[in-house]
Amino acid sequence: MPYSFDSNPDFQQYAYPEALVSTEWVDQNKGSAGLVIIECDEDILLYTTGHIPGAVKLDWHTELNHPVTRDYLSGADMAELLSAKGISRDDTLVIYGDKSNWWATYAFWVLKLFGHEDVRIMDGGRAKWIAEGRELSKETPQLPTTNYPVVVRDDESIRAFKEDVFDHFGKPMIDVRSPQEYSGERTHMPDYPDEGSLRGGHIPTAASVPWSKSVNEDQTFRSIDELNKIYRTDAGIEDSSDVIAYCRIGERSSHTWFVLKYLLGIPKVRNYDGSWTEWGSAVRVPIAKGTEPGPIPVVH
Amino acid sequence: MQITPGAKEVLEAFQEVPESAKLELLLEYANALPELPAKYADHPELLERVEECQSPVYLFTEVDNKNVRVYLTAPEEAPTTRGFASILQSSLDGCSVESVLAFDDQFIESLGVTKLVSPLRIRGMHGMLNRIKRQVREKQHAG
Repeated sequence: MPYSFDSNPDFQQYAYPEALVSTEWVDQNKGSAGLVIIECDEDILLYTTGHIPGAVKLDWHTELNHPVTRDYLSGADMAELLSAKGISRDDTLVIYGDKSNWWATYAFWVLKLFGHEDVRIMDGGRAKWIAEGRELSKETPQLPTTNYPVVVRDDESIRAFKEDVFDHFGKPMIDVRSPQEYSGERTHMPDYPDEGSLRGGHIPTAASVPWSKSVNEDQTFRSIDELNKIYRTDAGIEDSSDVIAYCRIGERSSHTWFVLKYLLGIPKVRNYDGSWTEWGSAVRVPIAKGTEPGPIPVVH
Repeated sequence: MQITPGAKEVLEAFQEVPESAKLELLLEYANALPELPAKYADHPELLERVEECQSPVYLFTEVDNKNVRVYLTAPEEAPTTRGFASILQSSLDGCSVESVLAFDDQFIESLGVTKLVSPLRIRGMHGMLNRIKRQVREKQHAG
Protein backbone atom coordinates (compact mmCIF):
# COMPACT_ATOMS: atom_id res chain seq x y z
CA MET A 1 0.00 0.00 0.00
CA PRO A 2 1.57 3.28 -1.02
CA TYR A 3 1.64 5.90 1.67
CA SER A 4 -0.54 8.98 1.08
CA PHE A 5 0.93 11.40 -1.47
CA ASP A 6 1.86 14.97 -0.80
CA SER A 7 -0.95 17.01 -2.34
CA ASN A 8 1.18 20.16 -2.35
CA PRO A 9 -0.11 22.18 -5.33
CA ASP A 10 3.46 23.20 -6.21
CA PHE A 11 4.20 19.64 -7.28
CA GLN A 12 1.20 19.25 -9.58
CA GLN A 13 3.06 20.97 -12.43
CA TYR A 14 5.42 17.99 -12.73
CA ALA A 15 4.83 14.76 -14.65
CA TYR A 16 5.02 12.59 -11.51
CA PRO A 17 4.11 14.78 -8.53
CA GLU A 18 4.08 11.65 -6.34
CA ALA A 19 7.89 11.46 -6.63
CA LEU A 20 8.24 14.58 -4.48
CA VAL A 21 7.35 15.52 -0.94
CA SER A 22 7.81 18.84 0.84
CA THR A 23 9.68 19.44 4.08
CA GLU A 24 6.29 20.28 5.61
CA TRP A 25 4.89 16.89 4.59
CA VAL A 26 7.90 15.09 6.04
CA ASP A 27 7.58 17.02 9.29
CA GLN A 28 3.94 15.99 9.60
CA ASN A 29 4.36 12.37 8.58
CA LYS A 30 7.72 11.38 10.03
CA GLY A 31 7.58 8.50 12.43
CA SER A 32 4.58 6.88 10.74
CA ALA A 33 4.56 3.16 10.07
CA GLY A 34 5.37 2.23 6.49
CA LEU A 35 7.37 5.38 5.92
CA VAL A 36 11.17 5.43 6.15
CA ILE A 37 13.08 8.70 5.87
CA ILE A 38 16.59 8.26 4.47
CA GLU A 39 19.43 10.78 4.50
CA CYS A 40 22.06 10.39 1.80
CA ASP A 41 24.75 13.07 1.67
CA GLU A 42 27.82 13.84 -0.31
CA ASP A 43 29.51 14.63 2.99
CA ILE A 44 29.03 11.43 4.94
CA LEU A 45 29.58 13.16 8.31
CA LEU A 46 26.59 15.47 7.98
CA TYR A 47 24.12 12.87 9.22
CA THR A 48 26.12 12.55 12.44
CA THR A 49 25.95 16.31 13.00
CA GLY A 50 22.14 16.11 13.11
CA HIS A 51 19.35 14.75 10.88
CA ILE A 52 15.59 14.62 10.59
CA PRO A 53 14.36 12.76 13.70
CA GLY A 54 14.00 9.08 12.88
CA ALA A 55 15.88 9.29 9.58
CA VAL A 56 18.28 6.47 8.75
CA LYS A 57 21.58 7.05 7.01
CA LEU A 58 22.45 5.61 3.64
CA ASP A 59 26.11 5.94 2.77
CA TRP A 60 26.53 6.16 -1.02
CA HIS A 61 30.21 5.41 -0.85
CA THR A 62 30.50 2.46 1.53
CA GLU A 63 27.03 0.93 1.20
CA LEU A 64 25.74 1.19 -2.37
CA ASN A 65 28.88 0.19 -4.25
CA HIS A 66 30.28 -3.27 -4.62
CA PRO A 67 33.32 -3.41 -2.32
CA VAL A 68 35.69 -4.74 -4.99
CA THR A 69 34.33 -4.47 -8.54
CA ARG A 70 33.26 -1.10 -9.90
CA ASP A 71 29.56 -1.88 -9.81
CA TYR A 72 26.57 -1.67 -7.50
CA LEU A 73 25.53 -4.19 -4.93
CA SER A 74 24.04 -7.48 -6.06
CA GLY A 75 20.41 -8.27 -5.31
CA ALA A 76 21.45 -10.38 -2.32
CA ASP A 77 23.72 -7.67 -0.94
CA MET A 78 21.03 -5.05 -1.37
CA ALA A 79 18.49 -7.27 0.39
CA GLU A 80 20.89 -7.66 3.30
CA LEU A 81 21.62 -3.93 3.47
CA LEU A 82 17.99 -2.83 3.37
CA SER A 83 16.90 -5.56 5.80
CA ALA A 84 19.55 -4.42 8.28
CA LYS A 85 18.28 -0.85 7.95
CA GLY A 86 14.73 -1.97 8.69
CA ILE A 87 13.36 -1.24 5.23
CA SER A 88 10.60 -3.38 3.73
CA ARG A 89 9.81 -3.83 0.06
CA ASP A 90 6.45 -2.08 0.40
CA ASP A 91 7.71 0.82 2.52
CA THR A 92 7.49 4.36 1.23
CA LEU A 93 11.01 5.75 1.15
CA VAL A 94 11.65 9.47 1.30
CA ILE A 95 15.24 10.44 0.54
CA TYR A 96 16.87 13.77 1.18
CA GLY A 97 20.43 15.04 1.33
CA ASP A 98 22.92 17.85 0.96
CA LYS A 99 23.86 19.76 -2.19
CA SER A 100 20.41 20.08 -3.76
CA ASN A 101 19.68 16.40 -3.24
CA TRP A 102 22.54 15.44 -5.50
CA TRP A 103 23.28 12.20 -3.61
CA ALA A 104 19.67 11.67 -2.63
CA THR A 105 18.75 11.33 -6.30
CA TYR A 106 21.73 9.01 -6.74
CA ALA A 107 20.39 6.74 -3.98
CA PHE A 108 16.94 7.06 -5.59
CA TRP A 109 18.36 5.83 -8.90
CA VAL A 110 20.17 2.90 -7.27
CA LEU A 111 17.01 1.87 -5.42
CA LYS A 112 15.15 1.99 -8.74
CA LEU A 113 17.73 -0.40 -10.23
CA PHE A 114 16.20 -2.83 -7.75
CA GLY A 115 12.69 -1.74 -8.59
CA HIS A 116 11.71 -0.36 -5.20
CA GLU A 117 8.26 0.95 -6.01
CA ASP A 118 7.63 3.93 -3.80
CA VAL A 119 10.66 6.20 -3.52
CA ARG A 120 10.32 9.96 -3.17
CA ILE A 121 12.63 12.94 -2.89
CA MET A 122 12.16 15.65 -0.27
CA ASP A 123 12.27 18.82 -2.37
CA GLY A 124 14.96 21.23 -1.17
CA GLY A 125 16.77 18.54 0.78
CA ARG A 126 18.70 18.97 3.96
CA ALA A 127 19.44 22.65 3.40
CA LYS A 128 15.77 23.60 3.16
CA TRP A 129 14.87 21.60 6.26
CA ILE A 130 17.58 23.43 8.21
CA ALA A 131 16.81 26.84 6.70
CA GLU A 132 13.22 26.45 7.92
CA GLY A 133 14.47 25.82 11.44
CA ARG A 134 12.98 22.35 11.64
CA GLU A 135 14.02 19.87 14.30
CA LEU A 136 17.29 17.96 14.01
CA SER A 137 18.28 14.91 16.01
CA LYS A 138 21.61 13.27 16.71
CA GLU A 139 19.97 10.03 17.74
CA THR A 140 20.53 7.11 15.37
CA PRO A 141 17.31 5.11 15.14
CA GLN A 142 17.50 1.34 15.17
CA LEU A 143 14.57 0.01 13.19
CA PRO A 144 13.69 -3.66 13.62
CA THR A 145 15.35 -5.74 10.90
CA THR A 146 13.18 -6.81 8.01
CA ASN A 147 13.22 -9.43 5.30
CA TYR A 148 13.82 -7.41 2.16
CA PRO A 149 13.54 -9.82 -0.77
CA VAL A 150 16.40 -10.57 -3.13
CA VAL A 151 15.60 -8.68 -6.32
CA VAL A 152 17.61 -9.08 -9.51
CA ARG A 153 19.11 -5.73 -10.43
CA ASP A 154 17.74 -4.31 -13.67
CA ASP A 155 20.69 -2.96 -15.64
CA GLU A 156 18.68 -2.36 -18.81
CA SER A 157 15.94 0.20 -18.23
CA ILE A 158 17.63 3.10 -16.51
CA ARG A 159 21.32 2.25 -16.67
CA ALA A 160 23.65 2.61 -19.65
CA PHE A 161 27.07 1.10 -20.19
CA LYS A 162 29.94 2.22 -22.39
CA GLU A 163 28.79 -0.15 -25.14
CA ASP A 164 25.33 1.43 -25.04
CA VAL A 165 26.88 4.83 -25.61
CA PHE A 166 28.50 3.57 -28.83
CA ASP A 167 25.07 2.49 -30.05
CA HIS A 168 23.60 5.79 -28.99
CA PHE A 169 25.39 8.27 -31.27
CA GLY A 170 22.79 10.29 -33.13
CA LYS A 171 20.41 10.28 -30.17
CA PRO A 172 20.41 12.86 -27.35
CA MET A 173 23.12 12.73 -24.75
CA ILE A 174 23.57 15.16 -21.89
CA ASP A 175 26.83 15.95 -20.15
CA VAL A 176 25.86 17.38 -16.77
CA ARG A 177 29.36 18.34 -15.58
CA SER A 178 30.67 21.87 -15.30
CA PRO A 179 31.50 23.75 -18.53
CA GLN A 180 35.22 23.44 -17.71
CA GLU A 181 35.00 19.67 -17.46
CA TYR A 182 32.97 19.55 -20.67
CA SER A 183 35.42 21.57 -22.72
CA GLY A 184 38.39 19.62 -21.42
CA GLU A 185 40.05 22.59 -19.74
CA ARG A 186 42.17 21.71 -16.78
CA THR A 187 43.02 23.68 -13.71
CA HIS A 188 46.61 22.60 -14.01
CA MET A 189 48.60 23.66 -11.02
CA PRO A 190 52.26 22.70 -10.78
CA ASP A 191 52.68 19.46 -8.78
CA TYR A 192 48.96 18.69 -8.75
CA PRO A 193 48.11 16.05 -11.29
CA ASP A 194 44.50 15.52 -12.18
CA GLU A 195 43.89 11.90 -11.30
CA GLY A 196 40.23 11.67 -12.27
CA SER A 197 40.66 10.53 -15.86
CA LEU A 198 43.42 10.39 -18.40
CA ARG A 199 41.85 12.61 -21.06
CA GLY A 200 39.74 15.75 -20.89
CA GLY A 201 36.70 16.68 -22.95
CA HIS A 202 33.28 15.13 -23.53
CA ILE A 203 31.56 12.34 -25.41
CA PRO A 204 31.03 13.59 -29.00
CA THR A 205 27.49 14.93 -29.67
CA ALA A 206 26.66 15.33 -25.95
CA ALA A 207 25.00 18.62 -25.03
CA SER A 208 26.36 20.50 -22.05
CA VAL A 209 23.65 21.07 -19.44
CA PRO A 210 25.21 21.36 -15.97
CA TRP A 211 22.99 19.52 -13.49
CA SER A 212 22.70 22.50 -11.13
CA LYS A 213 20.73 24.46 -13.73
CA SER A 214 17.69 22.48 -12.63
CA VAL A 215 17.65 23.78 -9.06
CA ASN A 216 16.76 27.07 -7.39
CA GLU A 217 18.81 28.98 -4.84
CA ASP A 218 16.91 27.27 -2.00
CA GLN A 219 17.85 23.88 -3.54
CA THR A 220 14.31 23.05 -4.63
CA PHE A 221 13.66 22.01 -8.21
CA ARG A 222 12.92 24.71 -10.77
CA SER A 223 9.42 25.18 -12.12
CA ILE A 224 8.28 23.02 -15.01
CA ASP A 225 8.35 26.04 -17.34
CA GLU A 226 11.98 26.68 -16.52
CA LEU A 227 12.87 23.00 -16.83
CA ASN A 228 11.09 22.75 -20.17
CA LYS A 229 13.11 25.69 -21.45
CA ILE A 230 16.42 24.18 -20.26
CA TYR A 231 15.89 20.63 -21.48
CA ARG A 232 13.26 20.76 -24.22
CA THR A 233 13.77 24.14 -25.89
CA ASP A 234 17.52 24.58 -25.39
CA ALA A 235 18.78 20.98 -25.32
CA GLY A 236 16.22 19.60 -27.79
CA ILE A 237 14.88 16.76 -25.63
CA GLU A 238 11.41 15.51 -26.60
CA ASP A 239 8.99 13.02 -25.08
CA SER A 240 10.00 10.50 -27.72
CA SER A 241 13.72 10.99 -27.08
CA ASP A 242 15.97 8.19 -25.93
CA VAL A 243 18.36 10.04 -23.60
CA ILE A 244 21.62 9.13 -21.88
CA ALA A 245 22.99 11.40 -19.15
CA TYR A 246 26.48 11.19 -17.70
CA CYS A 247 28.88 13.06 -15.44
CA ARG A 248 32.07 11.93 -13.70
CA ILE A 249 30.94 8.82 -11.83
CA GLY A 250 27.21 8.89 -12.39
CA GLU A 251 26.06 10.84 -9.35
CA ARG A 252 25.34 14.29 -10.76
CA SER A 253 23.73 12.64 -13.78
CA SER A 254 21.34 10.74 -11.48
CA HIS A 255 20.02 14.14 -10.52
CA THR A 256 19.41 15.07 -14.15
CA TRP A 257 17.99 11.60 -14.78
CA PHE A 258 15.46 12.23 -12.01
CA VAL A 259 14.54 15.64 -13.42
CA LEU A 260 14.05 14.30 -16.95
CA LYS A 261 12.14 11.18 -15.97
CA TYR A 262 10.01 12.24 -13.02
CA LEU A 263 9.58 15.98 -13.41
CA LEU A 264 9.47 16.28 -17.22
CA GLY A 265 8.10 12.80 -17.77
CA ILE A 266 10.49 11.68 -20.54
CA PRO A 267 9.89 7.91 -20.64
CA LYS A 268 13.31 6.70 -21.79
CA VAL A 269 16.24 8.13 -19.87
CA ARG A 270 19.31 6.20 -18.80
CA ASN A 271 22.21 7.13 -16.57
CA TYR A 272 25.67 6.14 -17.79
CA ASP A 273 27.35 5.58 -14.41
CA GLY A 274 30.72 4.70 -15.92
CA SER A 275 30.66 8.33 -17.03
CA TRP A 276 33.77 10.38 -17.64
CA THR A 277 36.03 8.41 -15.30
CA GLU A 278 35.49 5.44 -17.63
CA TRP A 279 35.13 7.18 -20.99
CA GLY A 280 37.99 9.62 -20.38
CA SER A 281 40.37 6.76 -19.61
CA ALA A 282 39.23 4.13 -22.08
CA VAL A 283 41.37 3.25 -25.11
CA ARG A 284 40.26 4.25 -28.62
CA VAL A 285 37.02 5.94 -27.68
CA PRO A 286 36.17 9.16 -29.52
CA ILE A 287 36.43 12.39 -27.51
CA ALA A 288 35.42 15.95 -28.39
CA LYS A 289 37.13 18.98 -26.90
CA GLY A 290 35.93 22.56 -26.61
CA THR A 291 32.49 24.05 -26.13
CA GLU A 292 30.77 22.46 -29.17
CA PRO A 293 29.14 19.00 -28.95
CA GLY A 294 31.01 17.88 -32.06
CA PRO A 295 29.91 15.62 -34.96
CA ILE A 296 28.86 11.99 -34.75
CA PRO A 297 32.16 10.12 -34.67
CA VAL A 298 33.20 7.34 -36.99
CA VAL A 299 33.45 4.38 -34.67
CA HIS A 300 35.99 1.66 -35.45
CA MET B 1 57.12 7.30 8.92
CA GLN B 2 58.36 10.81 9.59
CA ILE B 3 55.57 12.84 11.19
CA THR B 4 55.23 15.54 13.84
CA PRO B 5 54.33 14.93 17.50
CA GLY B 6 50.91 16.49 16.86
CA ALA B 7 50.30 14.08 14.00
CA LYS B 8 51.37 11.18 16.19
CA GLU B 9 48.67 12.12 18.68
CA VAL B 10 46.06 12.23 15.92
CA LEU B 11 47.19 8.88 14.60
CA GLU B 12 47.02 7.25 18.04
CA ALA B 13 43.53 8.62 18.57
CA PHE B 14 42.36 7.14 15.26
CA GLN B 15 44.06 3.81 15.87
CA GLU B 16 42.53 3.48 19.34
CA VAL B 17 38.91 3.71 18.22
CA PRO B 18 37.07 0.99 16.31
CA GLU B 19 36.12 1.49 12.68
CA SER B 20 32.58 2.42 13.64
CA ALA B 21 33.72 5.33 15.80
CA LYS B 22 36.24 6.83 13.37
CA LEU B 23 33.64 9.08 11.76
CA GLU B 24 32.60 10.50 15.15
CA LEU B 25 36.24 11.19 15.88
CA LEU B 26 36.61 12.95 12.55
CA LEU B 27 33.59 15.04 13.47
CA GLU B 28 35.24 16.00 16.77
CA TYR B 29 38.18 17.32 14.79
CA ALA B 30 35.84 19.15 12.44
CA ASN B 31 34.26 20.91 15.40
CA ALA B 32 37.67 21.79 16.81
CA LEU B 33 39.01 23.63 13.75
CA PRO B 34 40.05 27.07 15.04
CA GLU B 35 38.51 30.19 13.55
CA LEU B 36 40.72 32.16 11.20
CA PRO B 37 42.41 35.08 12.93
CA ALA B 38 40.82 38.41 11.98
CA LYS B 39 43.75 39.44 9.79
CA TYR B 40 42.91 36.59 7.40
CA ALA B 41 39.19 36.37 7.94
CA ASP B 42 38.95 40.00 6.81
CA HIS B 43 41.31 39.48 3.86
CA PRO B 44 40.18 36.42 1.95
CA GLU B 45 42.38 37.49 -1.01
CA LEU B 46 45.43 36.44 1.02
CA LEU B 47 44.20 32.87 1.23
CA GLU B 48 44.90 30.12 -1.28
CA ARG B 49 41.98 28.06 -2.50
CA VAL B 50 42.50 24.31 -2.29
CA GLU B 51 41.22 23.39 -5.75
CA GLU B 52 41.36 19.66 -5.06
CA CYS B 53 38.52 20.02 -2.56
CA GLN B 54 34.98 20.28 -3.87
CA SER B 55 34.02 22.48 -0.94
CA PRO B 56 35.54 25.94 -0.61
CA VAL B 57 38.64 25.29 1.47
CA TYR B 58 41.22 28.03 1.88
CA LEU B 59 44.60 28.05 3.55
CA PHE B 60 47.44 30.31 4.47
CA THR B 61 50.79 29.60 6.06
CA GLU B 62 53.30 31.84 7.79
CA VAL B 63 56.96 31.07 8.31
CA ASP B 64 58.44 32.94 11.20
CA ASN B 65 61.83 32.20 12.63
CA LYS B 66 61.87 28.71 11.12
CA ASN B 67 58.49 27.93 12.58
CA VAL B 68 55.34 27.34 10.57
CA ARG B 69 51.87 28.62 11.31
CA VAL B 70 49.01 26.96 9.44
CA TYR B 71 45.57 28.53 8.94
CA LEU B 72 42.77 26.64 7.27
CA THR B 73 39.09 27.30 6.78
CA ALA B 74 36.32 24.99 5.53
CA PRO B 75 32.54 25.38 5.63
CA GLU B 76 30.44 23.81 8.38
CA GLU B 77 28.24 22.12 5.77
CA ALA B 78 31.30 20.06 4.78
CA PRO B 79 32.30 18.43 8.07
CA THR B 80 34.46 15.71 6.48
CA THR B 81 36.62 18.24 4.69
CA ARG B 82 36.63 20.39 7.79
CA GLY B 83 37.77 17.41 9.85
CA PHE B 84 40.67 16.77 7.50
CA ALA B 85 41.63 20.44 7.54
CA SER B 86 41.56 20.39 11.33
CA ILE B 87 43.74 17.27 11.50
CA LEU B 88 46.37 18.88 9.29
CA GLN B 89 46.17 22.14 11.19
CA SER B 90 46.75 20.46 14.54
CA SER B 91 49.46 18.23 13.06
CA LEU B 92 51.51 20.98 11.42
CA ASP B 93 50.80 24.27 13.17
CA GLY B 94 53.76 25.44 15.24
CA CYS B 95 56.19 22.89 13.79
CA SER B 96 59.57 23.60 12.24
CA VAL B 97 60.02 24.20 8.53
CA GLU B 98 62.11 21.04 8.26
CA SER B 99 59.50 18.84 9.94
CA VAL B 100 56.70 20.21 7.74
CA LEU B 101 58.68 19.70 4.52
CA ALA B 102 59.72 16.19 5.59
CA PHE B 103 56.20 15.28 6.74
CA ASP B 104 55.25 11.90 5.28
CA ASP B 105 52.22 12.09 2.97
CA GLN B 106 51.40 8.51 3.91
CA PHE B 107 50.14 9.87 7.23
CA ILE B 108 46.80 10.50 5.49
CA GLU B 109 46.37 6.87 4.50
CA SER B 110 47.47 5.65 7.95
CA LEU B 111 44.47 7.29 9.62
CA GLY B 112 42.42 4.32 8.48
CA VAL B 113 39.56 6.36 7.04
CA THR B 114 40.26 5.79 3.35
CA LYS B 115 37.67 3.05 3.18
CA LEU B 116 35.05 5.24 4.83
CA VAL B 117 35.32 8.33 2.69
CA SER B 118 35.50 8.76 -1.08
CA PRO B 119 38.84 8.88 -2.92
CA LEU B 120 38.01 12.46 -3.84
CA ARG B 121 38.13 13.46 -0.18
CA ILE B 122 41.47 11.77 0.33
CA ARG B 123 42.77 13.56 -2.72
CA GLY B 124 41.45 16.80 -1.25
CA MET B 125 43.41 16.21 1.93
CA HIS B 126 46.56 15.50 -0.09
CA GLY B 127 45.86 18.74 -1.95
CA MET B 128 45.82 20.65 1.35
CA LEU B 129 49.06 19.04 2.49
CA ASN B 130 50.80 19.62 -0.87
CA ARG B 131 49.80 23.26 -0.88
CA ILE B 132 50.93 23.78 2.71
CA LYS B 133 54.32 22.29 1.85
CA ARG B 134 54.61 24.34 -1.32
CA GLN B 135 53.82 27.59 0.51
CA VAL B 136 56.33 26.74 3.24
CA ARG B 137 58.98 25.90 0.64
CA GLU B 138 58.40 29.26 -1.05
CA LYS B 139 58.39 31.21 2.17
CA GLN B 140 61.23 29.58 4.05
CA HIS B 141 63.93 31.82 2.61
CA ALA B 142 61.88 34.98 2.43
CA GLY B 143 62.51 37.47 5.21
